Amino acid sequence: MAQMSAPRIDVSIEHKRAQLEERDAGHPNTCPSCNSHYRDDELERHLRVCPYCGHHFPVRARERIAQLVDEGTFVEEDADLRSADPLGFFDLRPYTERLAEAELATGLGDAMVIGGARIEGAACRLAVMDFAFMGGSMGSVVGEKFARACESAAGAGVPLVSVAASGGARMQEGILALMQLPKTVCAVEELHDAGCALISVLTHPTTGGLLASFASLGDVLLAEPGALMSFAGPRVVQQTTREKLPDDFGRAEQNLRFGHIDAIVPRQQLRPTIARLLRLFAP
Amino acid sequence: MTTEAELRLRERLSKLAGVRLLRGTKLSAELERLQEQLDRLTAEATDEEIWQRVLLARHADRPYTLDYVERMFDDFFELRGDRARLDDAAIVTGMGRLAGRTVVLVGQQKGRDLKERTLRNFGMAYPEGYRKAIRAMELADRHGFPLLALVDTPGAYPGVVAEQHGQGGAIARSQAAMARLGVPTVAVVIGEGGSGGAVALAVADKVLMQENAIYSVISPEGCASILWRDASQAQKAAAAFKPDAAHCLELGVIDGIVPEPAGGAHADPDLAAQLLREAVEGAFAELDGAAPLELRRARRAKFRAMGVLA
Repeated sequence: MAQMSAPRIDVSIEHKRAQLEERDAGHPNTCPSCNSHYRDDELERHLRVCPYCGHHFPVRARERIAQLVDEGTFVEEDADLRSADPLGFFDLRPYTERLAEAELATGLGDAMVIGGARIEGAACRLAVMDFAFMGGSMGSVVGEKFARACESAAGAGVPLVSVAASGGARMQEGILALMQLPKTVCAVEELHDAGCALISVLTHPTTGGLLASFASLGDVLLAEPGALMSFAGPRVVQQTTREKLPDDFGRAEQNLRFGHIDAIVPRQQLRPTIARLLRLFAP
Repeated sequence: MTTEAELRLRERLSKLAGVRLLRGTKLSAELERLQEQLDRLTAEATDEEIWQRVLLARHADRPYTLDYVERMFDDFFELRGDRARLDDAAIVTGMGRLAGRTVVLVGQQKGRDLKERTLRNFGMAYPEGYRKAIRAMELADRHGFPLLALVDTPGAYPGVVAEQHGQGGAIARSQAAMARLGVPTVAVVIGEGGSGGAVALAVADKVLMQENAIYSVISPEGCASILWRDASQAQKAAAAFKPDAAHCLELGVIDGIVPEPAGGAHADPDLAAQLLREAVEGAFAELDGAAPLELRRARRAKFRAMGVLA
């Protein structure tokens, strides 16, 4: 595979642009909507929600799990899964290098953490995504981990709680990334056939292939306030259709209005809300 | 391409011949074509060659779903509307006689002239189109009719209203509906297999691609617009993610390649339809007699296994 015509893609311009945007965006702990600035431990204590204006900052997978589960109950599963490079994909750097770099930067093997836990005493399985790992993109490992989480939940006869945060399918894995859509869809079907529930939480952003697969198939769909959840991203819609986008394009609020989700749940309410649902789904 | 990858492809090709997927009198000619394809692949498909396939897959004269329906089906009756809101003309559904039995068809339909292209929205469905497809799938399941899906779309329509009507959820539910069916299902990518909008109709027991079709995670323009923020870099993007049939076969994503007339399907639509019909009938023949639950189990197991781990 190594000698397969490795496409050389020059994305240096893109990277320069991203760097500029990052610089303009200011410090990651500065609230983008009200400009309040926080120490990291302050933000962590407030579940990374701006205490002044309620803006929801992104949450990494392990911190999300800590926010949701009863302390000390989380047991991680399949942490050792790693991605291969089926296409020999090369943009500015090889895909394998990007994977290694993402692992070093995030401490995660890929963009999803799965395992078992209890939430207010109720047993469940969790599948939590991490946007910091290559934009939370779904490749073979994310698809495999989600499928295994479904099987683990079905085996134990408990609900699965998924927390999505993803830009969509991982382009670097080409058509195999697309195949993770039907793969996770089939896994949800099996989970449902086993009589287990899927509670799907959509956080900012959940777009593309995630919304077109398991994230939309929960028995109950919850979203965080302001979360972008659209199949096509705003830029793609703008570029292909030249349509003027409404201010709340693809946001959780719009999706609630149009009937695509059951509730918008502020992060402070997420744990008790999931716990309620787990009790309601209990046999 | 390493020897190992080449061996895998050769193995797949011989397996194809072995399971009678492409059987009948055309067998040797078809194998020859596949062999040619393999030779071209091992001779290292250049970026230019991959782009040529993208152009052929999108050729303005390429036969579309209804061109094949006309040539393959007897007594085709179109089913219209999603029974909720409207009839999305980007997806055609219906039922007709194929090889002596009633088969339900779902497929995207592009337009031939400007007026029809507008009507069909260039084969880019709204959520209503996928809901119409789900309706046809459920009809097939209810009555035990096999389902044929012809996939040909640049992608699901990326528009404001499409999002408001739940594009992502509709695509997810269309896949879920296919994953539940207890009848034989065959999907063929006959042109562009663009992303989620394509896989929504392709969760089938047998997934085939025509020789010059493409099947990809994102349109070349979409990829270019994300990686370069410039849709005109599509050619480079296509070379990067290898959307051609041979690569999809090698990666285990599809079950077979349907040969086309020399020069592409548009060069001889009648022959293209005949080759497609033979491949589809062969695929259905392989699925004959399987119990509904067994079909469903095997279909889910097939997609469950897709992906490459380190």
